[in-house]
Amino acid sequence: MSQSDILAGLAAILEEVAGVDPADATADKTFIDDLDVDSLSMVEVVVAAEEKFGVKIPDEDVKSLKTVGDAVSYIQRAGVAA
Amino acid sequence: MTGSRLMGLGTYRPARVVTNDDLARRVATSDEWVRARTGIAARRIADADETIVSMGSMAAEKALASAGIDAADLDMVLLATCTNPSQIPGSGPQIAHRLGAGRAGALDLNAGCAGFSYALSMASDMVRAGSARHVMVVAAERLSDYTDWDDRSTCVLLADGAGAAVVGPAVTREIGPAVWGHDGGKAGAIRVPGYGDNLFRMEGQTVFRWAIALTPIVRRACELAGFAPADIAGVVPHQANLRIIDALVNGIGATNAVIARDVVDAGNTSAASIPLAFSRLLDGGRLQPGDPVLLFGFGAGLTYCGQVVRCP
Repeated sequence: MSQSDILAGLAAILEEVAGVDPADATADKTFIDDLDVDSLSMVEVVVAAEEKFGVKIPDEDVKSLKTVGDAVSYIQRAGVAA
Repeated sequence: MTGSRLMGLGTYRPARVVTNDDLARRVATSDEWVRARTGIAARRIADADETIVSMGSMAAEKALASAGIDAADLDMVLLATCTNPSQIPGSGPQIAHRLGAGRAGALDLNAGCAGFSYALSMASDMVRAGSARHVMVVAAERLSDYTDWDDRSTCVLLADGAGAAVVGPAVTREIGPAVWGHDGGKAGAIRVPGYGDNLFRMEGQTVFRWAIALTPIVRRACELAGFAPADIAGVVPHQANLRIIDALVNGIGATNAVIARDVVDAGNTSAASIPLAFSRLLDGGRLQPGDPVLLFGFGAGLTYCGQVVRCP
C-alpha cells in the first residue's frame, strides 16, 4: 500500500475517532499537540488502524508515533513485514 | 440445583465531595481537561472515620434492610476490596462482626475492580450448591489511601465508597452464569508496588486498549444468561472512566438499556463502583424489579468478570 493510501486511511480514522478534519491530517502534524488527539483517543486510532491495515502496533511502539507521518511509515513497514 | 437471586442492595457514599477545581489547586489540571479525558466532574473522598469496615458495614446494613432479612440469617460475608489499610487482618470478618452475623463465614477477596462481580458469582454458586442460604457480598474501597496526589493522570480518577448486595435462594436463576478471564501478563499495568511504595500506578493506554477489546466477552454474558443484548434493561460496567464505558458499551448492542454513568460524580471506586452505580439506577427508578441488568467488572490483575442479574 502506498504512503498516500495509508495517509488517506489514517485521516479517515482520525476523523471518525477524534473528529479531526481530514485536511488537517498531514504527515508533519503531531497527534497530541497539533491535532488534539489525547492518549485514549490515540489508542482508539491505533486499534482502528490495526484492523484497517491488517498490521500489529504493540503498546510499546505507540509512544514512538508522534506525528501522522511516523504512523504512516510504521504502518507501511509493518505491512511489508506482515 | 436451585437458583439464586439478588434480594437487596445497599450503598455508602463518603460525605466529602472533591471537585476537579479542588484538585486543580494541587496539580496542573483543569475541570475542562479532566471532564474531556475521563468524564469525571467530582468524586467522594473518605474521611479518617470512613474506613473499609465502617463504610462496608453501613452499606451492608442497608442491603439487609432492603432484602428484609436479619444479620443472623447470613451464612457468609464476602468482602471484595483491594484497598485494605494493611495485608493483615482482612476486613471481611470485622464487617461480619459489626453486622452481628454471628454464624457467618467471612473473608476478603481481591480481584481489583472486578471484585464485586467475582464475589457475586461465588455467592450465587454457594447458594445454588447449598453451602449457604444467604450471602452478604460487600465491596468497599478507600483508593484515596493509595493515591499519589501529585500524579495528575491518576489522582483525578480515584475515589472511595462501598456497596453491598444480599444473595439468596430462588426457584430460577436470577443471577446468570459468569463470564470471567484474566491477562495476568499485564499485571504491571495497574499496581501498587508495595514494600514501602504504596502509591497507585497505572499504564492508562495499556488498560484502555485491553478493556475496550472485551466487548465480545461482555456480549457473551448476555448469551449465557439467555438474553439478546436488545432485551437488556441496564448495563452497569465498572465505573473506570466514561471513555472506557462508552467504548466498551458501544459494541454490545444493548440498544434499549440505560447505561450507568455514576463515575461522573462518584469517580472510580474500584470494586465498589458496580453496586454504587447499580443502586443509583434502581433508586432513581430507571430500573425496575425483575429487569435484566448486565454487570461487568474489569481492572487490576488484569482480570474481569461479568454476569446478567435480575433487579431485586
